[in-house]
Amino acid sequence: MQMTGAEIFVKALADLGVDVVFGYPGGATTHIYDALFKNVKVRHMLCRHEQGAVHMADGYARASGRIGVCLVTSGPGATNTVTGLATAYMDSIPVVVFSGQVPSPLIGNDAFQEADIVGISRPCTKHNYLVKETKDLARIMKEAFYIASTGRPGPVLVDMPKDVLMASARYDLPKEVSLRGYRPTYEGHQRQVESAVRLLLSGERPVVYAGGGIILSNASGELAELSRTLSLPVTTTLMGMGAFPGSDPLSMGMLGMHGTYTANMAISHADVILAVGARFDDRVTGRISEFAPHAKIIHVDIDPTSIQKNVPVHIPIVGDVKDVLRKMIKLVKGKKEAAAYRETTAAWRGRIASWAKTHPLTYKPSKGKIKPQYVVEQIHKLTKGKAIVATEVGQHQMWAAQFYNYDQPRTFLSSGGLGTMGYGLPAAIGAQVAMPGRLVVDIAGDGSIQMNIQELATAVQYRIPVKVVILNNGALGMVRQWQALFFDGNYSQTCLPRIPDFVKLAEAYGAKGFRATKPEEVPEVLRKGFAAEGPVLIDVITDPDEMVYPMVPAGAGLTEMLLV
Amino acid sequence: MRHTISILVENEFGVLSRVSGLFSGRGFNIESLCVAETMEPQVSRMTIVTSGNDQIIEQILKQLNKLIPVLKVIDFTGVDTVDRELVLVKVNAEGEGKQEVLRLVDIFRARIVDVAPRCYTIEMTGGEGKVLAFLQMLRPLGIREIARTGKIAISRGM
Repeated sequence: MQMTGAEIFVKALADLGVDVVFGYPGGATTHIYDALFKNVKVRHMLCRHEQGAVHMADGYARASGRIGVCLVTSGPGATNTVTGLATAYMDSIPVVVFSGQVPSPLIGNDAFQEADIVGISRPCTKHNYLVKETKDLARIMKEAFYIASTGRPGPVLVDMPKDVLMASARYDLPKEVSLRGYRPTYEGHQRQVESAVRLLLSGERPVVYAGGGIILSNASGELAELSRTLSLPVTTTLMGMGAFPGSDPLSMGMLGMHGTYTANMAISHADVILAVGARFDDRVTGRISEFAPHAKIIHVDIDPTSIQKNVPVHIPIVGDVKDVLRKMIKLVKGKKEAAAYRETTAAWRGRIASWAKTHPLTYKPSKGKIKPQYVVEQIHKLTKGKAIVATEVGQHQMWAAQFYNYDQPRTFLSSGGLGTMGYGLPAAIGAQVAMPGRLVVDIAGDGSIQMNIQELATAVQYRIPVKVVILNNGALGMVRQWQALFFDGNYSQTCLPRIPDFVKLAEAYGAKGFRATKPEEVPEVLRKGFAAEGPVLIDVITDPDEMVYPMVPAGAGLTEMLLV
Repeated sequence: MRHTISILVENEFGVLSRVSGLFSGRGFNIESLCVAETMEPQVSRMTIVTSGNDQIIEQILKQLNKLIPVLKVIDFTGVDTVDRELVLVKVNAEGEGKQEVLRLVDIFRARIVDVAPRCYTIEMTGGEGKVLAFLQMLRPLGIREIARTGKIAISRGM
């Protein structure tokens, strides 16, 4: 049957199992929007900015494990997606962005709303396509979904010229994808896994360093099983929050620049590190020459380029972390070596426990000013640790990572790699769309929230009951913190004197607004805000001088922490 | 250290920019790059000469492999290969110089492919050393223009 490109597009979305598309229409996509109008299977959510649309698709993907889909027009619509694509690319999130393009004969002519989005997005997508013929559209869509969600996941962009959407072709969605240049390795090499287990068991001071790959691979169960079988202490990256239960006695919390004292000391004194689904980011390692000086490193990752990129590795294993962890469990589970090993490493766990005891995550409580950490603790208490938490980027993000205990994967959504301010609100909306029954909270700062505040309109329009808690310190807090510590307190361009009035702003959008200005008001205001129906914005006036500790200054080794 | 890397890629729109963009985006160095179709019209071969320490070369090879249209990546370091460059050079050919040009063409087994009243255009192929030596010998005679390909390479035998 002959169909137009626009009809093929909408039918293929439905056939690929897409239930919702986050998007914004424009001249180049009008035919698609007409086809969407006539289709009941695919729901379209109208965002207020294309960046918001990509972050929503991203939040949808992170919370659910499904592919997030986004549809934008040509030119500015497409260029507005770049930050969202780069965010998803750095954090390996399966997102597919479809962009309209000017008609093929006009490409290259500086036509109205033309941008070379395939060229622009090449370095921030896993792959991208320009569809040249209508007959190829369905196949390319299938490939795009396959590439986005397999191997190390990542965003894919498909650029669709208007004439391709208008012309007709037979609908032909292939069952299988065959790409001879793309064959991810899922199975870890058995002999390498055996060597890794031997190395692990030969040590006395092991640390598991787990990243976002555990969550992407749905391998939290395997990670917990291996760690408990061998009593391995676990630290996670920011991206790995929730990959291992934060309340487990073996959990040391996050490591790195704002990691726990325990995790940073443990990794610095470890003799064997099992790195799984993590990539030795500079915010994790600190000064590379001083990173884990005593340790032999086993690195498991599905992406070979992550291995040996930043640190030399003793045993590299390319494969799906879930498969490799399963193989490791098989080698140690119920073995008497495992019991002996737990005994050998007991002293090490004792040392870790004493670090945790002497240097827990902490802050100085205050009677007069609201401490942001206290707010996060109260959110944790109120939600019983069961909320999905999205964050923006900055101090509040670190406090959200430190003071909310994540026990489940896919409950902490944050722009770890790119550090995109303005990520949290749209990501929370996307997560709420994917998980309608869950409580979704965006822990925000007063700077970040203003970068995509317009998406409150989306939340109100579709009655998406996200709860935004702004830790409002009237400043760009993280940069201010660096200025306080390293630039003699010259607060250059980091003051946001509590503009706008967020409660009034929420009300102007048709959301509900609440405010807390004193510590004693916080629990009640949060309770009321979370209990209120629909989207809610809670403005919490916090102490502007509060800093994120511990802190490893840029370029220092992990043991050189500034503490409270 | 210098490495010659041979890459088989899908012969499709934008593949050259994916490869070259990878090098520029990650700060890898390209000394030369040649690309043309292979026996199979859907497949092109790129030959890239690059340099870097072992860790950088390892990253380059892995990153290239990660590109979806890349089918095969071969590092020719330590492999027995034949490699060639082609140079076209326009050189002054007047008076006594004319004889010297002809002698050099003979010695270097080059060919004159175009003749004008006051200059010759010469075609010469060879390894990089030979190309450089030839150009050095011609220089005193007055080189007007040169066009060089990068290096192409293929493994010996088999």
